[in-house]
Amino acid sequence: MNERYSRQILFSPIGIEGQTKLRDKHVLIIGAGALGSANAETLTRAGVGTITIADRDYVEWSNLQRQQLYSEEDAIRKTPKAIAAANRLNAINSDVQIHPVVLDVGVQELEELVEGVDVMIDATDNFDIRFIINDLAQKHGIPWIYGGCVGSYGVSFTVLPGVSPCLKCLMEKLPLGGVTCDTVGVIQPAIQLVASKQSAEALKILVEDFESLRRALVSFDLWKNQFSSIEVSSLKNQECKSCGVAPAYPFLDYKNQTKTVLLCGRETVQIRPSALQNLDLSKLETSLQSQGIQVERNPYLLTFTIDQTRLVIFKDGRVLVHGVTDTLQAKNLYYRYLG
Amino acid sequence: MKVVINGNAMELPDTVNLVSLLLEHFNLEEKVVIIEQNQQIIDKNLHAETILSDGDRIEIVHFVGGG
Repeated sequence: MNERYSRQILFSPIGIEGQTKLRDKHVLIIGAGALGSANAETLTRAGVGTITIADRDYVEWSNLQRQQLYSEEDAIRKTPKAIAAANRLNAINSDVQIHPVVLDVGVQELEELVEGVDVMIDATDNFDIRFIINDLAQKHGIPWIYGGCVGSYGVSFTVLPGVSPCLKCLMEKLPLGGVTCDTVGVIQPAIQLVASKQSAEALKILVEDFESLRRALVSFDLWKNQFSSIEVSSLKNQECKSCGVAPAYPFLDYKNQTKTVLLCGRETVQIRPSALQNLDLSKLETSLQSQGIQVERNPYLLTFTIDQTRLVIFKDGRVLVHGVTDTLQAKNLYYRYLG
Repeated sequence: MKVVINGNAMELPDTVNLVSLLLEHFNLEEKVVIIEQNQQIIDKNLHAETILSDGDRIEIVHFVGGG
């Protein structure tokens, strides 16, 4: 083992044996925003064998304050986050196989991505996808690590199928608004602390030191100087439809899936076609230009503005409508230009 | 009443004497929370009837979606 990992090998709970294990492991990071960036960088530096990082979005200026893998160049080019992340991660550690996935992952995509994965890291921004991850984790027996962050507050929990309660046991109902929205902003140190908790747990799982996993639900507020930890093993529910004795994995059911979502605090609606597409963006560009519309395009997406509304069309057929808060209005625009 | 919340000693107004009122006091009533009183998790359905006492050690964790 080379010099690169010497300090980590000296750390006895990992050691040479743990380092060798890391090299054979595969981590799936879902989301390449703030938590995704921080987790991906840590695990890439640590020498994990393979990292798949999936994200639906592209880099914007407002990301640079906290999404540590991205540069101004990425924001100027509107590079998809998964691609920009992979470029940076390859530069940090070329030993690690990085698989960027530019997709809005849902059940179907995740079912493929979880193949051979040893742990999933939640770096998403909504509970729709978290409950899908939670069900898939149980179905395939893959541990996953929840992380959430708003303002100076953060929370994390490790779900170990067959051992710990799952997210559904802890959250009987979906939160009604207000928890996702980033209208109160977020500071980078809070992100870092949540990501640290997640990647430390991931390392324990990857070196197979399951005894050392944290059993508690933890939260903190870095501005109010509060730290909290609740031992939640007693909340494991045998009747739980996701992890109980007769699981039905309700969130993998098509009818429980969101197709149009209002993205948090951004006046943006995302529309996702029911089946993935492979659009010819250059054709679309020509067609839009013939309608007198000014279009910007890169290999991954195409964008144009109508009145105050900006549409971003990805190769997979997904569309972001910026400048609207009404999903219907967004759908109307979608059908007008892509219908 | 004096209680310890998430490790910090706090003085609560006398009107805040139930777990449900405590959550309102911190504007957490709409959130999905897990709350522990003296190392005992309080069932969600019992928040409105669980009485707070002087010296209680309370832990509150609420779930947030951002990331």
